[in-house]
Amino acid sequence: MPLEIDHAIFDPAETLSRDELHALQSRRLREQVAKAEAAPLYRAAFAAHRLDRRGVRGLEDLAALPFTTKEDLRRYYPLGLLAVGRDRIARVHGSSGTTGKPAFVAYTRQDLETWSGLCARFLVAGGLRREHLVQVAFGYGLFTGGFGLHAGIERVGAGIVPAAGGNTPRQVMLLEDLRADALVCTPSYALHIAEVLAEQGRGPAALALRYGYFGGEPWTEEMRGEIERRLNLTAFNNYGLSEVIGPGVAGECRERDGMHIAEDHFVVECLDPETLAPVPDGRSGELVFTSLTKEACPVIRYRTRDIASLDRRPCPCGRTGARLSRVIGRSDDMLIIRGVNVFPSQVEEALLRVEGTTPHYLVEVSRPGSLDEVVVKVEIRPQEFSDEMRQMIALRDRIDHEIHSITGVRMGVELVAPGTLERSTGKAVRVLDHRKART
Amino acid sequence: MKLQQLSLFLENRPGQLRAPCEALGRAGVDILTMSLADTAQFGILRLIVKDWPRAKAVLEAAGMVVNVTEVLPIEVDDRPGGLAAALAAIEEAGLGVEYMYAFAARSTSGKAAIIFRFEDPDRALAAVRARGLRILDGDELVAMRS
Repeated sequence: MPLEIDHAIFDPAETLSRDELHALQSRRLREQVAKAEAAPLYRAAFAAHRLDRRGVRGLEDLAALPFTTKEDLRRYYPLGLLAVGRDRIARVHGSSGTTGKPAFVAYTRQDLETWSGLCARFLVAGGLRREHLVQVAFGYGLFTGGFGLHAGIERVGAGIVPAAGGNTPRQVMLLEDLRADALVCTPSYALHIAEVLAEQGRGPAALALRYGYFGGEPWTEEMRGEIERRLNLTAFNNYGLSEVIGPGVAGECRERDGMHIAEDHFVVECLDPETLAPVPDGRSGELVFTSLTKEACPVIRYRTRDIASLDRRPCPCGRTGARLSRVIGRSDDMLIIRGVNVFPSQVEEALLRVEGTTPHYLVEVSRPGSLDEVVVKVEIRPQEFSDEMRQMIALRDRIDHEIHSITGVRMGVELVAPGTLERSTGKAVRVLDHRKART
Repeated sequence: MKLQQLSLFLENRPGQLRAPCEALGRAGVDILTMSLADTAQFGILRLIVKDWPRAKAVLEAAGMVVNVTEVLPIEVDDRPGGLAAALAAIEEAGLGVEYMYAFAARSTSGKAAIIFRFEDPDRALAAVRARGLRILDGDELVAMRS
């Protein structure tokens, strides 16, 4: 849908010149490193690296700082990042903990204020204004999505329907009856809402949605098109992770050509995940963030495992923050299939190119002998089910061909009945790697 | 006359064939005949039932994907060469057969019924009749079975 040009900016800091930004980052980095040293994890890490934090003058010394990994957080479970007294904790959130215990992160009052401001930035950048009503279909709990976006919407001054996750028919009823202008959830859940709406024999005309703010999992341009068509809204991508602060680390403006990173609060690096050397702008690498203004849990060079690229060219919207591409995968999720690196998002991209499939899929990897075998289970759409075997086989072959052309790997394609793959309100399970179970 | 056939998508795993049959059984729907087309990974179950709209509703309520296809039940002589003669007529008419399967034979009348799926059911209906083949209607099919 055409966008009216409206580049309203929530925080003047979003338009600092690159020189002003670098000076601010250098000053804040010195302060942040000093704060971080109060945390058990960094006290030990700085000592192990014989790092005298008074030697950190600014951005030019960033590369001398040690990395922080998810394993470090696990080793210092539960709150090894905590750099303030427990009495100053205003809230604790945690990652979904799909592998073992959650990684906790604490916030002071000031941190919560910073965070809500960051969420407000991308909400306003997308078009949200105080007169709008927003339905939040993220879970409210340890997961940062619900409370994070909720506070951001309050900062904008807009109204909130805190529907929380799950009970999709009820989500549809709320959207329809309360006429929310905007929807906040994961992209896969937005599609699920569209499906339930369609199952009820209705289309987007039943709803009043105009904006969708989707994040929390990787998605594709094709999926954006599909959500926009089926819910008749303009969809915006946003990025964040709880270890860094939560949603609000980066978000799209109305140009929708990359997500502006809040560089006045975070230094971003994009590194080769193997060599840890910086990759040039436009090339994919692992995102590494250093917080600049956090109180409770500063993070230094946190390796996100997210694979994406950066674009520092000026944006027509006037924001100067570097733009982050879509996350194309996680270095954790990166599947090495017979020696080729494959991301689940590539399979998704292939499926969305083929008419007649839903974006619901599951990649199952096994190694029955010495070679990796991959089976992609794909749900067919009821209206695309044909009585004729050769049409069904042709559909399967088209999927097979697209997956091969995008990933370079031959995978077995198995068509499954609609609705048989598990739906999730949080991060969707897209991969079952049976090879890992054996080690 | 043209007959409505129900087709179901079945994944290739245990219980997939039983589920629709059980659902129809519970609802008291009588299956007149069926055919199963399968590949290593999935199958298509084709069903002729007495009350297809109700059967479709029952199957869909059980979460299955159902497709309605028009097929022609053609009467053939129940004797050696009977089917070959019918197929010769179909071939002469230049009709493309997607698939076919046996319905039932009745020893007293010496006739059998074969279900045909043609690329173009309407053209096939006229062409088959013009060549003297008889198309059965639903009641005749039910009677054939009793």
